[in-house]
Amino acid sequence: MWRTQMNADRTGAPLEPGSQWYDGEAGPLVRPYAMTGGRTRPGPAGVRFDLIALVTLDAAAPGVDDDTGLGPEHRALIDLCRTETQSVAELAAGADLPVGVVRVLLGDLLELGCVTVSRPVPPAQLPDERILREVIEGLRAL
Amino acid sequence: MVSEHSDAQDGETAALALKILVAGGFGVGKTTLVGAVSEIRPLRTEELLSEAGQSVDDTDGVDQKVTTTVAMDFGRITIRSGLSLYLFGTPGQDRFWFLWDELSQGALGAVVLADTRRLEDCFPAVDYFEHRRIPFVVAVNCFTGARTYGAQDVSRALDLDRGTPVVLCDARDRDSGKEVLIRLVEYAGRMHTARLLDSVG
Repeated sequence: MWRTQMNADRTGAPLEPGSQWYDGEAGPLVRPYAMTGGRTRPGPAGVRFDLIALVTLDAAAPGVDDDTGLGPEHRALIDLCRTETQSVAELAAGADLPVGVVRVLLGDLLELGCVTVSRPVPPAQLPDERILREVIEGLRAL
Repeated sequence: MVSEHSDAQDGETAALALKILVAGGFGVGKTTLVGAVSEIRPLRTEELLSEAGQSVDDTDGVDQKVTTTVAMDFGRITIRSGLSLYLFGTPGQDRFWFLWDELSQGALGAVVLADTRRLEDCFPAVDYFEHRRIPFVVAVNCFTGARTYGAQDVSRALDLDRGTPVVLCDARDRDSGKEVLIRLVEYAGRMHTARLLDSVG
């Protein structure tokens, strides 16, 4: 009996629906965008934060230390920003959330005035020579 | 493109982050290079795949798993307070091009890692950056046991544009990785200056 089952597996016969969906490879059991109330894009401003956009906490803003109205993931992002300015990528890694989810949550925080988000340098305005020289010297000194 | 970002002028004091991409074929050492030069242990971000990323590709028996997320490893180098460099390892498979578009937005430049035993693996990356005129250097990761070719051989084999630097490196070695990045930043500066002169003259 088990032999036929093995054969069935090897031929790639579809698994019984629902029998295996929760194994380790399936990832988190909470659908990521449940944390954003189903939204996949940041609020009305429609800003798409770059991975290296820098997020700075405005500690004085109302809401930062107020537990009402914000979800645990919002709070996790705020806590990560408390120690130092963080890039969107670092926040995603630190909070262990997909970047898309972090963008939506940051949109909320931006609207509430809890954070400010810097835009990265656009390609057409690459940093001037002085900054590039600084980067090269900094790399040499590493 | 410029007007879209016109509110970016926060003056000199604003913190500045620069982005460098590390591209190349699967298993060529992208994450190794990022880890060798990064001051933090390489971090991993995950991006959820949209429909665009779900076309079937040939994984060549490497992995039968159908993923719904794609991971990007990245590292950071702080040049000074308020000026940092982020390195992103680009997803190795072609079906993630749409992520490259986002990653390369505003990138200072790219490192294309190559392995001379399977040079063709880095063709897509070379094409990608050439077409978008993103400054890049080709860094040949000198695996032990692989026959060593000179930088010129690699440049010819890849049919690189004149001036595109080719650097031989060891992706595991910090100094070697630093040298690659320095060559890239120097080259990006030269490209940028040349374009400015072009637009004036």
